[in-house]
Amino acid sequence: MPSVKLPKKSTDTDMTPFVDIAFLILSFFIMATKFKPPEPVAVVTPGSVSSVIVKDENSMLITIDKDSKVYININAKKDQNKLTQIIEGINTSRSLGLSPAQIQNFKTTPIIGVPFGSLKTLLNLPADQQATVGQPGIPVLDSINNELIWWVSETKKAFAGEKLLYLIKGDNGSKYPTFEGVVNALRKNDEFKYNLVTSQEGPPEGTDEYKRRAAGGK
Amino acid sequence: MSSIDTGGDDGHKKGPGVKKAKKLSTRVDMTPMVDLGFLLITFFIFTATMSSPVGMDLNMPKDTDKPEEETEIKQSGALTIMLGKDNHVYYYEGQLTQENASTAFKSSSFDKIRDIIINKKKDVISSYRGNPACEQKARDKGKDPKAECIDEDFVVVIKPTAEATYKNTVDILDEMTINNVKRFAMVKISDTEKEMIAKTEGGQ
Repeated sequence: MPSVKLPKKSTDTDMTPFVDIAFLILSFFIMATKFKPPEPVAVVTPGSVSSVIVKDENSMLITIDKDSKVYININAKKDQNKLTQIIEGINTSRSLGLSPAQIQNFKTTPIIGVPFGSLKTLLNLPADQQATVGQPGIPVLDSINNELIWWVSETKKAFAGEKLLYLIKGDNGSKYPTFEGVVNALRKNDEFKYNLVTSQEGPPEGTDEYKRRAAGGK
Repeated sequence: MSSIDTGGDDGHKKGPGVKKAKKLSTRVDMTPMVDLGFLLITFFIFTATMSSPVGMDLNMPKDTDKPEEETEIKQSGALTIMLGKDNHVYYYEGQLTQENASTAFKSSSFDKIRDIIINKKKDVISSYRGNPACEQKARDKGKDPKAECIDEDFVVVIKPTAEATYKNTVDILDEMTINNVKRFAMVKISDTEKEMIAKTEGGQ
């Protein structure tokens, strides 16, 4: 009986195109990824259905941590001198008597969360220690002594004529009066538009928003 | 003659002394490389999506002492939601008076408040009898007057207490977006309402 000999096929696949694509995607993601700077204060933000991406522009980030302490962080995209302007403004308006070295140090300070009285001590520390040192938070609860008003006012002055976003990033566990204090500080400066930083969630099924989005609404 | 060549030249067409190059396969095992590549892809995909925070727009009204600048709301369309401690929610419809305080003031939770908002909205919409001023305004802007004005009277008043957390506040603001509530306001809680909350909490 004649036997049919099947040719032995190699199980080896040519992986080259596969690898090409893989590395193409890889390079895309490497380029598209922007690393977040390490956060000096850990904050778990609440979820919301809002899907407005917070743009990374000139912004004043007001952070409320889980112990209801308030921190600020000013992000000047182009002009680092704005930060110097702000601290000098604070220095004169609140007569803190900061030294030029301390003013210089403000530029690298990752986050500010101290009352004006302790600002000098904070600015004496090098930037890497400022992040780890326990900061008591900016006082906002007392409407007469709401120090955030001064910070907002100086920041607003420094960024006059430019776009400035006010971002409020609160922790799930922080209490409402602190948030109210922050809002009051902004309101005192005639600022009524803010962005609350949240993590994204889809709208629950069956609700009006869900229907609106399903219908193509943005 | 002595030869250095040790390669077998038996049966070789080329002459003696010509080295025979051994044919090596140019194939490289790419599996580890692909593994690594995909590992990195996964890593970057995760970090890329994580680092885009989303924001919720919040517009606050300007403080005003002038009564003519204050927004008036109709009692029939008002729903007041109060945020208490431990994620408790309280609400009443219309106005809270001495007489109706015990019946109108109700306790709820974050799971149920959505239905309450939806029901109230439906009630307001079904009792819409036409609002010429609003419809005219909508027509001037070139919008559908009925769609614009049908829930015009529906206003949610949010009153967080001192014990409410930031999450509660954002959640309730989010509820406004979820249910397409066009008009809502954040108002300071009154003493009567505080008392009512304290009474309800004490009675539970």
